[in-house]
Formats: sequence, C-alpha cells, structure tokens
Amino acid sequence: MKLVVALVRPEKAAEVLEALFRADVQGLTISRVQGHGGETEKVETYRGTTVKMELQEKVRFDIGVSDHFVEPTVRAVLTAARTGEVGDGKIFVLPVEKIYRIRTGEEDRAAVTPVQVVAAGRA
Amino acid sequence: MASTVSPPDVAWMLVATALVLLMTPALAFFYGGLVRSKNALNTMMMSVCALGFVGVAWALLGYTLAFAPGSAFLGGLSRALLSGVGLEAQGTIPQLLFMAYQGTFAIITAALVSGAVVERMRFGPYLAFVTLWSLLVYAPVAHWVWGGGFLAKMGALDFAGGTVVHVNAAVAALVAAVVIGKRKDYARQAILPHNVPFTLLGAGLLWFGWFGFNAGSALAANGIAALAFANTMLAPAGTLVTWTLLDLVRTGKVTAVGAATAIVVGLVAVTPAAGFVGPMAALVLGLLAAFPSYFALLYRARTRLDDSLDVVAAHGLGGSVGALLTGVLASKAWNGTADGLLFGNPAQLGIQALGLLSAIAYSGVLSFLLLKGIALVAPLKIDRQHEGLGMDVSQHGEEAYADHDGAVLILESSADAAVPLGALATEGGRS
Repeated sequence: MKLVVALVRPEKAAEVLEALFRADVQGLTISRVQGHGGETEKVETYRGTTVKMELQEKVRFDIGVSDHFVEPTVRAVLTAARTGEVGDGKIFVLPVEKIYRIRTGEEDRAAVTPVQVVAAGRA
Repeated sequence: MASTVSPPDVAWMLVATALVLLMTPALAFFYGGLVRSKNALNTMMMSVCALGFVGVAWALLGYTLAFAPGSAFLGGLSRALLSGVGLEAQGTIPQLLFMAYQGTFAIITAALVSGAVVERMRFGPYLAFVTLWSLLVYAPVAHWVWGGGFLAKMGALDFAGGTVVHVNAAVAALVAAVVIGKRKDYARQAILPHNVPFTLLGAGLLWFGWFGFNAGSALAANGIAALAFANTMLAPAGTLVTWTLLDLVRTGKVTAVGAATAIVVGLVAVTPAAGFVGPMAALVLGLLAAFPSYFALLYRARTRLDDSLDVVAAHGLGGSVGALLTGVLASKAWNGTADGLLFGNPAQLGIQALGLLSAIAYSGVLSFLLLKGIALVAPLKIDRQHEGLGMDVSQHGEEAYADHDGAVLILESSADAAVPLGALATEGGRS
C-alpha cells in the first residue's frame, strides 16, 4: 500500500482528475495548497505597491492505492499535469502502514478497493 | 423641433444619463460573476475600460459620425471634437447633455460585445477593438436610425436601441467569437460561474439603469417616457415568469443564473418597443421573448461556438424578437407615430425586418474586417499557458481573490531579489 501525493498546477487539476478516472483510480482527496518550488515569481501591483508572489497556488492530490496501482496512478498524473515549464509540481510516493475503511472496518487492500455501487439514488 | 430648453426635461435627462452610465459597471458584475475566478477582474475590466476608451472616442469622433448632419449612411465631421456642441437646445435639452446621454449608449454597446470573448482575448487588442468598433460600427448604425439616416427616413421603429445596440453588439460578438476562437477548456471541462450573486447584482443594477435607457429615450419628461418606463418594468417581469416556468417544467428547478438571464432578455426585447407599444402589449412581448433565447442557450452550449456568455442568444435573439414584435404591436393610440401589423399596418413589420438585416450585415462585415485588421498588428488571443494561468494575472498583474500569503514587497531602493523566504509577508496573521 502506498500514498501517492501529487502537487500540480491548479489549471491542470481537472485534467489530472480526468486522467485518474480513466486509469480507474476512484478514491482520492484534493486540497488547494500554496508552495514554493523555484519557479519564476508572479509580480503584481496594487496602486503603488508592487509585490512578488513567492508562494504559488497548487492543488494537492492524496491518493491511497494498493501496490499494483501505484504505477498507473503516477503515470496518469505525470502525463496530465505536465506543461514542460518550471512549476509543474511533484509526485511523492509514501509507504503506508495501515488503511481502514470507516464504513465497514475493512483494512488495508480491501479498504482501498472500490466497491461497486449497487443501487444509485438511495439517499 | 422646439428650440428652447425645458428645465423639467433637463432634470430627467441628467438622471437618465447617470442611470445608463451605471449599466456598464452593472454589466461588469453580470459578466464578472459568470466567469471563473481566475478571470474575474479581466472580464470586469473589459466593461470598465470601455467607460474610458469608448467615452473618449465618442467625444472626439463618435458623436459627430452618429449625430452631425451628413449623408443617409454617416454623419458629417462638423461636430468633431465637440465643436459647436454647447448649451443650445437639441429638442428640449442642451445638445451637450444629448451628447453625454448618447455617449453612455455607445459605451454599454461596445462593452456588451466582450461577453463573447472573455477568458481568452488579450487586453490590448480588446481595447483597440472596442474603441474602433464604437466609431466604425456603432456610430454609423446609430446614425441610420437616430441621426436622420436611411432607416429613420423609412420609418423603422427602434425606440431605445434594440437593433442599434443589442443586435448590433450581438453580431459583433458572434463574429469575434468565431475569429478569436474558443477557449482551450471549452467543451472539454466544466466552465462554471464563480460568483452567481455578482450576476444577480449585475442583473438588478442593469434593470435599474435600463429605466434611464428606455424612458430616457423619450428625451423628455413626458407621457412617452412614462409609457417606456412602465413597459420597462412589465416586459422583463413577463420574461422572468416564462423563463421560470420553462426551468420548472424542464428540470424541476428554477435557476438563479436563468433568472438573471431572463431579466436581461426581457429588457433587451422591450428596448425597441418601449415607447411604441401599450403596457399589455409589452407584457406579452416579454412573455414571448423568453422562448427563443431560452432554447438558443441550451442549443449553443452543445455547439462549437464559444460565445462564452451568450451575447447572441440573449442580445441578438432578444433584440431581434423585440424589433420584429415592435412592428406587430406598435400602436398609434399610444405613441402617436405608427401602427404595427396588429393595428392594420403590416408594412411596418417589413421595415423592421429590413432595419434588422441592414444592421446584421453591416456589423458582421465591419466587425470581421476590424478584427482581422487588428490581428495583423497583434495577436488577438492569449497563448495557452497564460490562458491556463488566468487572465487576471497574465493581463493585469492582479488577482480578484488572492490571500497574498507569501507576497514579498518590492522596494524601489533595495535589490528586490535578495529578500529571503523567511521574510514572507504573512497577511493572514500566520507566523
């Protein structure tokens, strides 16, 4: 089991999501974060004040996957998030000690294997 | 034509001019709410800067091309740089006030076009386009209808600018959307409004300003102004009701973006009719005007035409329906000028159609040539990378909603690049 953490450009987030769904990765969490990765800064001016934006907006994907899913997940993000310019982001693959699915108490690999939704529309 | 200035008319027209001017910032909110947050400022600036650029162009040349005596197609240059535009009476108000009032129309008309090119047109070429468009397209068409040009002589009825303003702008918008091309994410990703309350605020302020637009077009504080005023209240109300019911029947949910759109469609549709039709006719006109625009919006979203904020569906169709129905519903009993089809004058409908077609053809061709001309000097469309980043940062160096964590002040005197990361401004109080 691994946790794949990907930091991507906000404008690429939708494409990454699409690529992940196409690669059958169904469980993930995203958050808006800010970070610094050595890209050229944006310069903005408000009235007389000129500022350099040292922190760039990024979108962070947290994806818990079983081992054989690491490769397709990483490949999906790599292809979808790349522009070739500095600032495309990073992918970290971290070992995971334990996973639980809260609803059922399932553990580890069972907890990150998606269930087939049987009846849609039940509230 | 009366040659004395009437103080009550002056008082009303001063207010009406301010009301119409407010419509352009209102449009900024209406459009601004409909785009993504990274393009909010750019979209609003497209309207705001029209206040300046078109306003100046109007004083220098636009007014004379539209309203100075000239040929059937274009005004002369006798009032260029406002020469001879003083406090003498034009109708019953000073010509200077007439000039200012008409200027606010030129500004909002040019700004309307921006709805078709938001989120991708470079700002410099946009400014060049709206400025030149107001002179080369808006001013001549205004002359045809209001400046004693050939449509005026034929008896075309366009009370406050259904054809001159709305159809004219919509055709230019259609051409611009085609020439500039679609946004890179169009029909590939969901592109959703970032602030629907802004759009509702804009629609409300547009309605408020539109009382100056329509009732002010009487150019006097008289009964026709009152008629246009009441019609401006009734028609959008009708459109809003039809639109709401269509939403309910089709999806079971009444949408806020739909309501805001309905208000604008109703206002557009009643614009050419406002001072020519009775109040119940205006209500019917409003009720009917919802149908073509409603279904055109649904259809457009499935096409490859990225008329991003549906200028064609709202203003083009709304304006056309209004112009044609004016030819049907106009009533001499109310306006003292002309009857429409329903009151035994079918020829009026033909004249209305001819007016529409003239404006569509002229605006289409000239807008196309103008855009192609500007494209020879500078690219019209932003490159994909900056489009992805957002127009606010790439065109204006500002952001609508940045929290500015990590903003480092650049001081004129210091070597700005030397600021270490540890000196980050933490505006949010984090440290």
